[in-house]
Amino acid sequence: MRIEDLVDAIRVMETELPADVERRLREALRRESGLSKMIMEAIIENIEYAKERHLPICQDTGILEFFVRCSEGHEVIREKITEAVKRATEEVPLRANTVNPFTRENEGRNLGRFHPIVHFEGVGKEPDVVEIDIIAKGAGSENVSASFMLDPTQGIEGIKDAVLHAVSKAGAKPCPPIVVGVGVGGSLERSAYFAKKALLRPLDHKNPDENLAKLEEELLERVNALEIGPMGFGGRTTAMGVLLEWGNCHTASLPVSVNIQCWALRRISLEWRESDFRILR
Amino acid sequence: MEIYRLKTPLDEVTVRALNIGDVVYLSGKLFTMRDMAHLRALELLRKGDKLPFELKGEVIYHCGPLVRGKKVVSAGPTTSMRMERMEAELIRLTGVRGIVGKGRMGERTAEALKEFGAAYMEFPGGAGALAAKAIKEINKVYWKDLGDPEAVWEMEVENFGPCVVTMDSKGEILKRKENRH
Repeated sequence: MRIEDLVDAIRVMETELPADVERRLREALRRESGLSKMIMEAIIENIEYAKERHLPICQDTGILEFFVRCSEGHEVIREKITEAVKRATEEVPLRANTVNPFTRENEGRNLGRFHPIVHFEGVGKEPDVVEIDIIAKGAGSENVSASFMLDPTQGIEGIKDAVLHAVSKAGAKPCPPIVVGVGVGGSLERSAYFAKKALLRPLDHKNPDENLAKLEEELLERVNALEIGPMGFGGRTTAMGVLLEWGNCHTASLPVSVNIQCWALRRISLEWRESDFRILR
Repeated sequence: MEIYRLKTPLDEVTVRALNIGDVVYLSGKLFTMRDMAHLRALELLRKGDKLPFELKGEVIYHCGPLVRGKKVVSAGPTTSMRMERMEAELIRLTGVRGIVGKGRMGERTAEALKEFGAAYMEFPGGAGALAAKAIKEINKVYWKDLGDPEAVWEMEVENFGPCVVTMDSKGEILKRKENRH
């Protein structure tokens, strides 16, 4: 695994949107009118200009989170990721975003205590393959994300209410058209992890569970019926997708987390087979 | 809906003519100011101290730009609502005429805009590369000790927009469909 590959991947992630996201944004442009259409035109122009000039799409290049699957060598991989983030901050470049939460001091390299965020998720599909998914998450949308500890008897309706409440309260703040990641079950922090993890699934990949696929579709329709629209200017596109991830939980709990993602969904998936490196998008 | 091309600094008559839904393209100076710059500015102004930059008639931009050397790489707006607790006082103490951000602001800001003759405008959120295209150069940077995103960057812009007026100086606020569930 070469550090250069990771730096290149971060550059691609920050300057070019995944094809499925760009396609949904172009569809949104065709659906909207008035001020919302003007906003969508600016978003599309921005995507094209950033790609052409290799510029970060948004000045908030986010907090970088890495989801790693590999059989061994965790500490070496963590060191390489740390070095890659430091270099990418210089070279892409990325905005220096990480600060001490108490003093607000910015150390300038997107590093510091427990940064970058790396989740080790066990072994990938084959033992000698290293898989890494990366997401760059801006604060505008992370700040309106939320967790709820529901009563088990609130059931599916409670889950739907939590999603609609979070999206409606967020309004224009997270830069709609948004993508909504929903994490159900686990524990408090596990549901939040599921909600972010859900954002890594491509928008045109259906949930493999048929009932959950239906729930995602229903939630997308109801979110769009809120008519918040692009940047809150009203219209038919509030969200481009609702994606759900889940795990079993305590019999007395129903944890639900909603991770709201801005239109600039910057994610990338990588794979190393010995020295062979591939970007999967 | 009117389209305006305005040059900063702005005078009261020009700003009072703006209505919600109008689209503005700005040329001249923008001062980036977000969370920590608001806090520091208010601390100084409350003590009766002067700021190292003059804001009377000027436009502030809720933005933490991505800058390398003298070049602005990407510089879209940040969420304005975080500044709501401080904005009315900043308007009163500085005479700032325009605020550019995203995502709307609250009632207290709306009242200050009306009383002092200023307007709140929104640039498309996330369109950082596009915003940087309209920023011609950085004149100066103040309070760099706050960290790059929180510092005050005095920028020269040309046809910076579209900026949609969502709160005008008549007390009007563009209606939005939020908090309905």
